[in-house]
Amino acid sequence: MFGFGTEYVGWAFWLPLLWAVILGVAITMYVVVDGFDLGIGIMFTRAENDNWRDRMMFSVAPIWDGNETWLILGGAGLFCVFSVAYAILMPALYIPMLIMLIALVFRGIAFEFRFKADTSKRIWDYAFHYGSLLATFAQGIVLGAFVQGFEVGGRQFAGGTWDWLTPFSLATGVGLVCGYGLLGATWCVMKTTGALEIWARRKSEQFLVATIVMMAIVSAWVPFLGRQIEARWFSWPSILALVPVPLLTAFVAYMIYRSVNDGHHTAPFLLSIVMFLLGFLGLVISLFPYIVPPSITIWQAANTVDSQMFALIGYAFALPITFAYTAYAYYVFRGKVAKEIAGGGYG
Amino acid sequence: MNFDALVLSRIQFAFTISFHIIFPAFTIGLASWLARLEFEWLRTGNPQYKNLYKFWVKVFAVSFGLGVVSGIVMSYQLGTNWSRYSEFTGNILGPLIAYEVITAFCLEAGFLGIMLFGWDRVGDRLHFFATCMVALGTLISAFWILSANSWMQTPDGFRVENGLALPVDWWKIIFNPSFPLRYAHMVMGCYLTTAFAVAGMSAWMLLRHPHDAPEAKLAGARRALSMALWFATIVTPIQIFVGDMHGLGVLKYQPTKLAAIEGNWERRANMPLRLFAIPDQNAETNHYEISIPKIGSYILTHEFGGEVPGLKDVPPDQRPPVLPVFFVFRGMLAIGFAMLGLSLWHLYLRWKGGLFTDRLFLNAAMMMTPSGFGAVLLGWFTAEIGRQPYLVYGQLRTADAVSPVTTGAVTISLMTFLIVYSIVFGCGSYYLAKLLRKGPDPVEEIPGAESLAKKPKRPLSLPDERLDGGPRRKAPQPAE
Repeated sequence: MFGFGTEYVGWAFWLPLLWAVILGVAITMYVVVDGFDLGIGIMFTRAENDNWRDRMMFSVAPIWDGNETWLILGGAGLFCVFSVAYAILMPALYIPMLIMLIALVFRGIAFEFRFKADTSKRIWDYAFHYGSLLATFAQGIVLGAFVQGFEVGGRQFAGGTWDWLTPFSLATGVGLVCGYGLLGATWCVMKTTGALEIWARRKSEQFLVATIVMMAIVSAWVPFLGRQIEARWFSWPSILALVPVPLLTAFVAYMIYRSVNDGHHTAPFLLSIVMFLLGFLGLVISLFPYIVPPSITIWQAANTVDSQMFALIGYAFALPITFAYTAYAYYVFRGKVAKEIAGGGYG
Repeated sequence: MNFDALVLSRIQFAFTISFHIIFPAFTIGLASWLARLEFEWLRTGNPQYKNLYKFWVKVFAVSFGLGVVSGIVMSYQLGTNWSRYSEFTGNILGPLIAYEVITAFCLEAGFLGIMLFGWDRVGDRLHFFATCMVALGTLISAFWILSANSWMQTPDGFRVENGLALPVDWWKIIFNPSFPLRYAHMVMGCYLTTAFAVAGMSAWMLLRHPHDAPEAKLAGARRALSMALWFATIVTPIQIFVGDMHGLGVLKYQPTKLAAIEGNWERRANMPLRLFAIPDQNAETNHYEISIPKIGSYILTHEFGGEVPGLKDVPPDQRPPVLPVFFVFRGMLAIGFAMLGLSLWHLYLRWKGGLFTDRLFLNAAMMMTPSGFGAVLLGWFTAEIGRQPYLVYGQLRTADAVSPVTTGAVTISLMTFLIVYSIVFGCGSYYLAKLLRKGPDPVEEIPGAESLAKKPKRPLSLPDERLDGGPRRKAPQPAE
């Protein structure tokens, strides 16, 4: 398939592919669902008053914990199926991973203590904001480092501690902050009312413009990274199949702008998700089938068939249950957040 | 000592996992304790039990949250700091850890929300079912983690090919030789941790409100104290027995670790029981030894003349650091016998009367509050330091398992974890202390029970506890 991994036959060919799809779904789910609650954190301190912050935070409080489940499912899945890739990527991303974990810890505590604090409430406001901001920035850097590729010797990371730190990865870091900001702002449009909703619509526009600018910069930058990615994008005839991706993205961006201004409630958020999915598709097209670009493919990094099969049984049960729980939680906490959250929130 | 990436990574791992383990150790026991309370409530209809449940579930929520937060760090640390270990064991431990994650998270996601916030949304029986599922989830989660750890201690069912450990027989991998008894020993350790923590905190409540507290409040503490002590009295002797059985397994599969635990340098029959000694790694002998002849052999082999392996059976570079292993093991043992002592004392007081009023006993019980945590930690230190210098016993040395990362990077992360965990631990303890000071609400009314209905599902805590103690802040004014 696609001319890759042809030296592998039977299960040894299909299992890594299946697992790549599973991990891809887990990562996409994570980016979409934790993306908007991180986005809420990113715009958090810009809110006008405590009531706004209460309502913004409450709109994600019941579900953020489930959202982060996908991060764990992704990380454990990587170790479980592509342990060679895990062993290369984690040391290579040592510092950004550390920043992300620590930021997520602070952000998690902020959820617990902010609603209980009086005098120390400001501290938890900042913990939530900077935790969200740093976690997002670190994830964006991881993304950029991934596209840049890693230096590998044998089955080990052979580069330096700071290899991930380049202007390009910083740009993807900023880009992801804008993107999550867009998800957060459109989520806020969907979940709130009154002046807060109007403010969130304005924020959506700002984040939309910023996201498009950053996407354009990053996309234009990629060919200069000296990888074989540009060969795939700009070669005939694959360009015919791939050109729709940026065109579609531009169209969706326009639709988001329209729906925000036309007063739609859910459309901006759903369209923002579509925009993220398109970005993800572009990434997959650029990097497939490498799990450690530019040298190690999913087949080379995969564990033995036996090991993959054993884990697959567990995931076959776990993924549907997690999907069901997620759907249920979103169903229970559907609708707009009440203006006063003191009495229970969902009015 | 040369503080390179290896040593710093070891310190970091020891620190983060020691921090992490105290929360699962507590919540595994607490989940079952909550299931028991709810069962008694459904059986008898006595509101006292429900009241106790509502109190201890808050303690559970905070501990569970801290366990999850510190656990996420652990799962990524295997890759960041121990990538060669991840590579070598990935085919075998990857699936085991993935199973731990998916079982733990499925049960958490599905039932913790109902358990914490679902009293008014679902029926009593469904709520009880949710509590049981969370309790079961903690036990299944421990099952996979202990299986993975035991495999590293007594690896089985694998072959090494191309520098990677590959699975041959999953049954042998999961149920490796040291797993069944280690799991039993650990789960009972967790249960005892909870029992002594509950007993100690209840004793503290009784001591703190001797006369002025409402009777209803004290009755709850008495019942909890009584239940916890009954449990401890039954389980402590069983735990000592299982620990002894587990020791026989160590003798069989990890003789060098056993020699370190006993401070035994020469392979010999008639080994004495060393009560005290200062083992000297370089001189290969013990100083200031106080011992009872022959008893050591009897305990280990159940024969006075039994032969016991010595540290000199293997070259010096295959021996664990003897001094810490020797002492942490004796520390664990001492705590175990202190637990037994308190259990027997409790039986005596029950028979004589005065269990709830004997201040000396209540003070002793209070002092024993952290005993289980101490025993669990010391037990783990024995197991983990004792298998050095190997990470996978006989297969992979710790020194060969570390990531190709720089000393600088590990120094930064170690410092960060030290600072951040201090803050997290500080906030968590502060909040727990506040909860305990308040104690269970009186039986007559459970304020806030209805308003919990539509609150968010968050694992760390229930929503109606104010951190700063002040009166609930007035509802914020809308800007519109």
